[in-house]
Amino acid sequence: MSQVEIIGAQKHYGPVAALENVSLKFVDGEFFGLLGPGGSGKTTLLRSIAGFIELDSGQVLLDGEDIGPIPVHKRDIGMVFQNYALFPHMTVFDNVAFGLSVRKMPAGEIKRRVDEILGLVRLAGLQERKPKQLSGGQQQRVALARALVTNPKVLLLDEPLGALDKHLREEMQVELRRIQREVGITTIFVTHDQEEAMTLSDRIAIMNQGKIEQLGAPLEVYEHPANRFAAGFLGVANFLEGRVAAVSGHEARIDLGLGGQAIAPTGGYKPGDTALLAVRPEKITVAAGHGEQGVNRLTGTVVSAIFSGSSTTYRVQVGDQVIAVFQQNSAPHRFQPDDKVTLHWSPEHNVPVAP
Amino acid sequence: MSRKLDIGTGLAKTYLAVVLAFLYLPILVMALLAFNRSPLYELPFQFDLVWFKALASNDRLLNAGRNSIVLALINTVVATALGTAAALAFSRYTFRGRRVMQLLLLPPITIPWLVIGTAMLVFFYWTFPLIGLKPRGLHAILLGHVALSLPYVIIVVGARLADFPKSVEEAAATLGATPWQTFWRVSAPIIAPGVVAAALFAFATSFDQFVISYFLAPPGVTTLPVEIYTSIRKGFTPEINAISTIIIVVSMSIMLITARFYKFGGER
Repeated sequence: MSQVEIIGAQKHYGPVAALENVSLKFVDGEFFGLLGPGGSGKTTLLRSIAGFIELDSGQVLLDGEDIGPIPVHKRDIGMVFQNYALFPHMTVFDNVAFGLSVRKMPAGEIKRRVDEILGLVRLAGLQERKPKQLSGGQQQRVALARALVTNPKVLLLDEPLGALDKHLREEMQVELRRIQREVGITTIFVTHDQEEAMTLSDRIAIMNQGKIEQLGAPLEVYEHPANRFAAGFLGVANFLEGRVAAVSGHEARIDLGLGGQAIAPTGGYKPGDTALLAVRPEKITVAAGHGEQGVNRLTGTVVSAIFSGSSTTYRVQVGDQVIAVFQQNSAPHRFQPDDKVTLHWSPEHNVPVAP
Repeated sequence: MSRKLDIGTGLAKTYLAVVLAFLYLPILVMALLAFNRSPLYELPFQFDLVWFKALASNDRLLNAGRNSIVLALINTVVATALGTAAALAFSRYTFRGRRVMQLLLLPPITIPWLVIGTAMLVFFYWTFPLIGLKPRGLHAILLGHVALSLPYVIIVVGARLADFPKSVEEAAATLGATPWQTFWRVSAPIIAPGVVAAALFAFATSFDQFVISYFLAPPGVTTLPVEIYTSIRKGFTPEINAISTIIIVVSMSIMLITARFYKFGGER
């Protein structure tokens, strides 16, 4: 069990900032997701914890000790790479045994521990296979077993499921969580897949341009995004712009640019402020016909209806903006393009976000 | 299968057989005549090992053969070591001008040996005396052979390194292996088939080399190809067939082994 902490991490590649004064504390035993688009600095952060990247300034602390000057092979970390990076010339057993054998552990002890960990990742019996004789999912398990067998202080996963097809991915997500819980190791993983980040993580950090945009539990970040980027990157969001007309108690009344009004939590607004509200597509209800524009109520025309099994995604033209709406297919009515519709939602689903 | 396709396959097969016959018939005839008794290549064929026996007492040819083998062996070791190091540098470091430097490896392969040989002769003529060496001799030939083999070695080992991602070495480091352990336990075994293939290439490049050896050999020092050329000019005997047969057997064995290693390498 151990603590990882990043303090004021700074890394520039020429004029490009990969990390801009990033500070983060990982809680013991948690599964932490670093989520962001390509070039957001998430991989740089992970690789600086591993020791492949030297920070320009700032510290990486492992159990309170600054590990900046310590080379990779002495850091006692486990890492799973995107392409698994298995040793192609070694059997599954030798791959997993590698970390123990470079530590000069007695052969009997190595065998015991390798067999145990292969049992944990459900690969018992495949000891003598070569990596190329394994499926993608099996290779992934070998990589995980190899990283865990040395009992590292922290487990780093670099886009661990990126190379798997959708079905296998979902299966491995469940497996990853199970194994991580059983071992209880602090795990930090990098992904650009928001769904994967939400499924796996206890907490996530959304990164953009070398900075952390928002940090928190997936549900909290999803329901209360702090800013436009976080709202748009984690899940889908509709953004409504407007001006604050009045504030009373915990509610703000906002004149929307699209017409009509919205009642929203104040978000610290004062009358006259410009406001930006994020509304998740699944919070919006579609009704037939053009009712009146009103409070949390907009009228528009269906542009497209995309059926995807359990739900339908509508794109609705409202003024000069297209609003996305997800509707469960239990709804009584299905809409077609060109249908006139009214959209409405509850005040608490207006989330004021920073631009 | 349609009849049309059968005809196509049959034609392709015949055509390829003709191509191979064109390649191998002269060699086969030459090899057969090495075992024929007549010194004037007269038929009928009478099996005899007389030319191989004559070869055994031909000091000039034997001496040239010994030179060739020693040169090829030293060249193999030197070129393989230097070339592997260069291939590692190309694949494991990124720096400005790397692509250009990699591209510059190709022209020496396409420049005619005659041109390279002339360039080397002139260059060594000016530079070697400056460091107290004769401009021509086995040392000059060796240097020429190494220069000739290097691009091949770098390309062959480089191809092997290209499908060996750096993350495999990084994984070894995260598992606690020192850079030294990583090299010997991970990198070296993975690139070994490529290095072996490159070494065989280097050996063959040197052993079969004529033009550069001829240019850089002073009177009295020869390699096997040079000696064969010299003897042929004086009028040739089936002794040449005998030595050529031996060279062909050696060369073909090396190439077959190389091909095996290459395949073995590509499969992984």
